[in-house]
Amino acid sequence: MAKTLVQEFTKGLWEEIPPFRLVLGLCPVLAVTKTVENGIGMGVATTFVLVGSNFFVSLLRKFIPSKVRIACFIIIIATFVTLVELVMQAFTYPLFLKLGIFIPLIVVNCIVLGRSEAFAFKNGIVRSVADGLGIGIGFTLALAALGAVRELLGAGTLTFWETPIQILSPTIQPFTFMVEAPGAFICLGLMLCLMNLVGSK
Amino acid sequence: MREMIKMIVILTILGTVSGGLLAATKDWTGPKIEYQQLTFVKGPAIKNILEGASNDPIVDRFKIGHEGAESSFFVGIFNGEANTVAFEGLGKGFGGDIGLMVGVDLVDDTIIGVGVTTHSETPGIGSKAKTDPTFTNQFKGMKMTAIAEVDTMSGATVTSNGVSGGVAAASKMYQDLKPQILEQIKAFK
Repeated sequence: MAKTLVQEFTKGLWEEIPPFRLVLGLCPVLAVTKTVENGIGMGVATTFVLVGSNFFVSLLRKFIPSKVRIACFIIIIATFVTLVELVMQAFTYPLFLKLGIFIPLIVVNCIVLGRSEAFAFKNGIVRSVADGLGIGIGFTLALAALGAVRELLGAGTLTFWETPIQILSPTIQPFTFMVEAPGAFICLGLMLCLMNLVGSK
Repeated sequence: MREMIKMIVILTILGTVSGGLLAATKDWTGPKIEYQQLTFVKGPAIKNILEGASNDPIVDRFKIGHEGAESSFFVGIFNGEANTVAFEGLGKGFGGDIGLMVGVDLVDDTIIGVGVTTHSETPGIGSKAKTDPTFTNQFKGMKMTAIAEVDTMSGATVTSNGVSGGVAAASKMYQDLKPQILEQIKAFK
């Protein structure tokens, strides 16, 4: 069952892509994917936290007593989340304003804690980093895809670097429902369905 | 017992390292965050008031303490001379404090512009104080030492009074602090 390093990395991109296959971390998935840009920003922040926390959990796994492992994970994760929050505030303030509360909430994102507990605590450093990177990029792709679909249908635009690009002709009335909260659920459901259809072949 | 001590030691070390790391990051990003917040929250109002200044007012700023609080003063350089400052006064609005950026010409004490920075007024009613400049433009050209009455916005009496209160607070602050402002601004000439 031993996977190669490449497999550890690529499993996050399709086989175990977090929101669609594991159906984990749905709170930010549903809340921030109003635009592609928000989705990518959230994904990159989560990826950084995942790689950082996986690295340190794996590095310290021999020293962390298993009785207090969750507390230790949380300290490591919270440190990285706060780092991301500060750096984001300092360099990409408008994105920080849009993502708002969801950045500090990465601390309680079940993907991050889940990877520490299920993977990094039992595996070596290189493998853990590969796993974190894979899962993180998968998460980013999923958020970007969801954001793209919702923004395209809901506003007729795609936003990159603060500039919305008009894709659909402005004469088409956008399907505003898609950028609202219920649209997120429906869009996620349809994408899950699509993934299963493709995967079941 | 040994296990207990180990747990305590590990948690303490982790917590300490994490705290130290975050404190260092905070130190490093602190000034940048302050600059970003000023640019995106107060920036639009400052830029509007000090339009045409040859410097970046958000970089050229100084602080003076007044009645227990510190206020930032943003310097505008016109025609090669630092003769204008913009600073914030607080007024009591309908939904809470209204932050009011007031720009003053230091030579003759006239108000060159007033703009709302932060507020929590009713969207579409009180929020017009920020979006529609006709109301705040009434303060333009007044002497800082003699703030006159202005026409209120219909339907938003409390907000209007709040803005006037903010200008009055700024006026009081200006009269109290003028010597210090003149002293500080020399550095920017």
